[in-house]
Amino acid sequence: MRDGWARLGRIFDGRQAEIVGLAAVLVLVLVAFGVTTPRFLTLGTFQSMAFQLPELGLLTLAMLIPILSGGLNLAVTFSANICALVLAWTLQTFGGPDAGVFAFALGVGLALLTGFVIGTVMGLIVAFLGAHPILVSLSMMIFLRGVGELITRGGDISGFPAFVTTLGHGTVAAIPVPLIIFVIVAFAVHIVLTRTRLGFATHMLGSNIEATRYSGINTKLSLTLVYSLSGVIAAVAGIIMLSRFNSVRIGHGEAYLLITVLACFLGGVDPFGGFGRTVSVVLALIILQAISSGLNLMGANQHLATGLWGAFLIAVMVVRWGLGRWRAARASAASASPRAPPKNQTTKETAR
Amino acid sequence: MSDAIRLQTAAARPLVLQLKGISKSFGGVQALWDVDFEIAEGEICCLAGENGSGKSTLIKIITGVHRPDGDAEILFGGRRLGALTPVTARQLGVQVIWQDLSLFPHLTVAENIAFEQNLGHRPRWARRGAFRAVAQRVLDRLGLRLPLDTPVMDLAIAQRQVVAICRALATDPKVLFMDEPTASLTKAETDALLDVVRKLARDGIAVVFVSHRLAEVLEISERVTVLRDGTKVGDFDSEGMTQRRLTELMTGATFDDEVHARDRHDAPIVLQTDGLTRRGEYEDVSITIRQGEVLGLTGLLGAGRTELAATLFGLTLPDLGSFSLGGQRMSFASNRDAIEAGISYVPEDRLSLGLVQPQSIADNIVAPVLKRIMGTGGLIDRGTKDRLVGHWIDRLAIKVGKPDDAVSTLSGGNQQRVVLAKWLATEPKLMILDAPTVGVDVGARAAIFEIVRGLAEAGMAILLISDEIPEVYFNTDRVLHMRDGRIVGEYRPRETLMTALEAAVHA
Amino acid sequence: MREQRLPAIRGTEAWLIVVIALMVLFLGLATDTFLTVSNLFNLLNVSAINLIFAVGLLAVLVAGGIDISFAVAASVVQYLTALAVEQLGGGSWALGFALAAGFGFCLGAINAGLIHYFRIISIVVTIATFNVFFGFLMFFTRGVSIYDLPDWWLDRVILFETQTASGLFAEIRLPVAVMAVMVLLSWVLIHRLNIGRQLYALGDNPDGARRIGINIAAMHFVAYGWLGICAGIGGLMQANYVQEVVPNALYGRELEVLAAVVLGGARLGGGRGTVLGAVLGVALITITSNGLNLLGVTPYAFQMVIGLVILVAIIATNLQSSGLLGQRRRVRS
Repeated sequence: MRDGWARLGRIFDGRQAEIVGLAAVLVLVLVAFGVTTPRFLTLGTFQSMAFQLPELGLLTLAMLIPILSGGLNLAVTFSANICALVLAWTLQTFGGPDAGVFAFALGVGLALLTGFVIGTVMGLIVAFLGAHPILVSLSMMIFLRGVGELITRGGDISGFPAFVTTLGHGTVAAIPVPLIIFVIVAFAVHIVLTRTRLGFATHMLGSNIEATRYSGINTKLSLTLVYSLSGVIAAVAGIIMLSRFNSVRIGHGEAYLLITVLACFLGGVDPFGGFGRTVSVVLALIILQAISSGLNLMGANQHLATGLWGAFLIAVMVVRWGLGRWRAARASAASASPRAPPKNQTTKETAR
Repeated sequence: MSDAIRLQTAAARPLVLQLKGISKSFGGVQALWDVDFEIAEGEICCLAGENGSGKSTLIKIITGVHRPDGDAEILFGGRRLGALTPVTARQLGVQVIWQDLSLFPHLTVAENIAFEQNLGHRPRWARRGAFRAVAQRVLDRLGLRLPLDTPVMDLAIAQRQVVAICRALATDPKVLFMDEPTASLTKAETDALLDVVRKLARDGIAVVFVSHRLAEVLEISERVTVLRDGTKVGDFDSEGMTQRRLTELMTGATFDDEVHARDRHDAPIVLQTDGLTRRGEYEDVSITIRQGEVLGLTGLLGAGRTELAATLFGLTLPDLGSFSLGGQRMSFASNRDAIEAGISYVPEDRLSLGLVQPQSIADNIVAPVLKRIMGTGGLIDRGTKDRLVGHWIDRLAIKVGKPDDAVSTLSGGNQQRVVLAKWLATEPKLMILDAPTVGVDVGARAAIFEIVRGLAEAGMAILLISDEIPEVYFNTDRVLHMRDGRIVGEYRPRETLMTALEAAVHA
Repeated sequence: MREQRLPAIRGTEAWLIVVIALMVLFLGLATDTFLTVSNLFNLLNVSAINLIFAVGLLAVLVAGGIDISFAVAASVVQYLTALAVEQLGGGSWALGFALAAGFGFCLGAINAGLIHYFRIISIVVTIATFNVFFGFLMFFTRGVSIYDLPDWWLDRVILFETQTASGLFAEIRLPVAVMAVMVLLSWVLIHRLNIGRQLYALGDNPDGARRIGINIAAMHFVAYGWLGICAGIGGLMQANYVQEVVPNALYGRELEVLAAVVLGGARLGGGRGTVLGAVLGVALITITSNGLNLLGVTPYAFQMVIGLVILVAIIATNLQSSGLLGQRRRVRS
């Protein structure tokens, strides 16, 4: 019995604890819906989940990186809208429904560039002026929404070539194209965060920006790039949304904004920055999507799912709080060994 | 010897507070073993001990934050107390001035001093006039002046210290604990503070002084209570006690102070500054540091030492003058250029500048040398990183559980080794150490200096900045004295008495 | 020793007053409608509800927290109050205020409880409760609005009216008076009572607050509870103003109000902010959109200009403090 506890303790202490916990919750959710809703565990359900997940998923990845850096980007959804608008505008310039693949490629390029510029502007303000990211991104959000409203006059923009819908609704080997794009982006984000200088800097400055600067890391550039990258990922989300809805409307995905933050926290990202893993966040996203799809099959609407998501986050945070206390108690019990006599620390230790 | 004196004082003045048989364990870790402590009215007592010796646990028990284990006895004014809570402790007149002062920076001086009046959740008016009156009364009692309507954030550190003392006095305390009150004060400010403490004692307040600075401890207190590893070593009369003896009591080890200075005047010059000036910070600074030389830079807080280091490390630009490294004239746009050129800087503030505390030991060590752990495709190579981290952990004998543990889990001494490791990994030509032993136990300090000497022996130039004169005197080859932003003197430890250096600096 | 003076109007508030004065001057000269009684009354009527929210939110920000959930909480309160008065057979204004304040306090207390007892930081808690409140509200109401509110609730109480030269009536309605009361109460709570001083202290230095003996739990309940009360009463007034209860009518209002309050000098992280600043922040945004309207700018451009105004304000205030204007590192004295 003691052994079992010890092993359990190791699992929950290790770096994998978050992932193990979230995976267990995911299995639980899947089983629960599988039992209560016979149609849940079918290929169809999973495919529809796979089509729906990427929009929220990409926006969440765009939110993740700024949160890791100790900030927040409240402009992700409207950045996505504006970038989609740029793509739509390019397609319309090149003939609307008759626009070719080249026009599309150009539009995608311009959309990504727009996302980069939006993010960079925010990043520069945050990094060089030290303004609070919540405030900067909030005003950027209001500004972008305004720009979008001014351009679209509150209406829809549609009339795109037929192949655009392939991006939103097509499959490759039964795998939805949006999911493929999401997986690629998620993997790229994972690599950037764990294996590159930017990712390293993001974590470090998320914990303490001054100490990071003293270590010789270019914190201003890194912080700027954090928001640039966030903007680019938001642009990808915007492109996916355009192809899913086959139209652009300012306010599409607006409801996702606070859900992306919720998903990050659910995935164990530290609200103060510095800690968090892409894999956990993706797991959290799948859990949220499974709850939503399961309820949908049971005949409930998305709003019930939204409410449950919130309740679920509270539950997870309460469990984490309890686990934290348990760990602290166990840690102090574990170190309850008799203390060594005062030792002379001047024993020979030379550096070279 | 000391017992006799104790009896004498106890007879002369009534005891305010007596603690008998205090033990405390946290989840199995024994923080205090059967400690007795007592203090009389108007007495100034010092609580001395290294980090982890149980000082702060003892304070927390006296202030009701923690409850002692078993059959401990707490007597206040001879009356035996039951459970002590923070509220009852305050009501009895036990006040603590914490090291971080615990002030409210955006509130005014008057409101900070009189904040006690705001407490409680029964609504009532917050009367600014009453705050000012209370504050003025306390300041008058100390014979001090402060701008009452200024937010505390606009005050200098020493003034904030006064605010914290006034806040404690506003509640008419019987026992006052001061936790490292002089840690960030200059000599003159410290003297002023010690005067205030004496004044308080004359008014009958029992003062318990906790400080790392042993010279002060001996100067201010009548009696020193030494703790080591959770046990009480004893009560000692301050009269006749020496710093060395006190260190030995605190650490249980003997240290021999020995001048380590060597003559390096024929070694090649590493750093040379020429009339370096940054207005308002330092002026006309021309110094040289040679290969393998440990150059001390001392002077009072605010003399411009740290500011000079900031320029050498590329954090600020000089207004006038120039400096060269290895004969090449340098101009740094940022500290990244300085690191690239071979300059390292260990800042005084290890908690918020030296290390990224919540992040791992490994990440802190590789932060300045990311370029070196890049593998194919510009991605961090985990193997290279692990090898580099392992190498430096071994080399500096850092006692860690796992390299992935947060730096904040380490002791002060081991944290300082991590800082050294991270800079040594950059293979610097010049290492600037700014107050490297602040917050490091006496026992671990010697080890830090041993490492530093080892580095110098291997040819590195070291600039050691410190206001602890003995530290500079015993561990450097040459000492520069800085005052008001200028270099005003140069000393060689083998040719100078430490007292002469002390006299010059504190003049 | 310095003279005793009134609590000084510092930094941000002074700036806002200057900017607002300039805008008023400009709009007064550029349009012949801005400085009319009916327009100024209109400004008050339009901004009343946001002001009620803003002063409530200020209490939370000052105490070092943040709350995203208050606007949807206000919608929840509208529904709960509507249901309750129906059950109680009609009710009256007095009952309406009591219920709205009570329900609002309870919702705020949920946030406070989660934040305090489970040590979850406020942004996580309130984003969760935002989703809980809104999701369940939309689920249980099926998104259906309520139009048949009791008569007293829909009654357009006009406190003051005057006929303008053009023959139209300019009026001040009930929400303005309620707003004035709530602003005054918030000012008393935050600036004049011992409790408010403790809120500042908590936001300024949480550890210090704990050590000096401030009852942290009580302060959390005061701050979030007060915001809840403001949200509830704001919701009551909003329904009176628009004559209906729509479940998603206030969705999104939280960020708008947050931007205005922070623009008014409240610090995210606590310890700083004034009621005056919060009022000025809301005023700046209201006057901007009103001015654009009067200048004949298309309503579609309002948000863009407002966003730009806030962005510029942030850049301007941070340029001062960031040292880009040649500020030196302070020498320790």
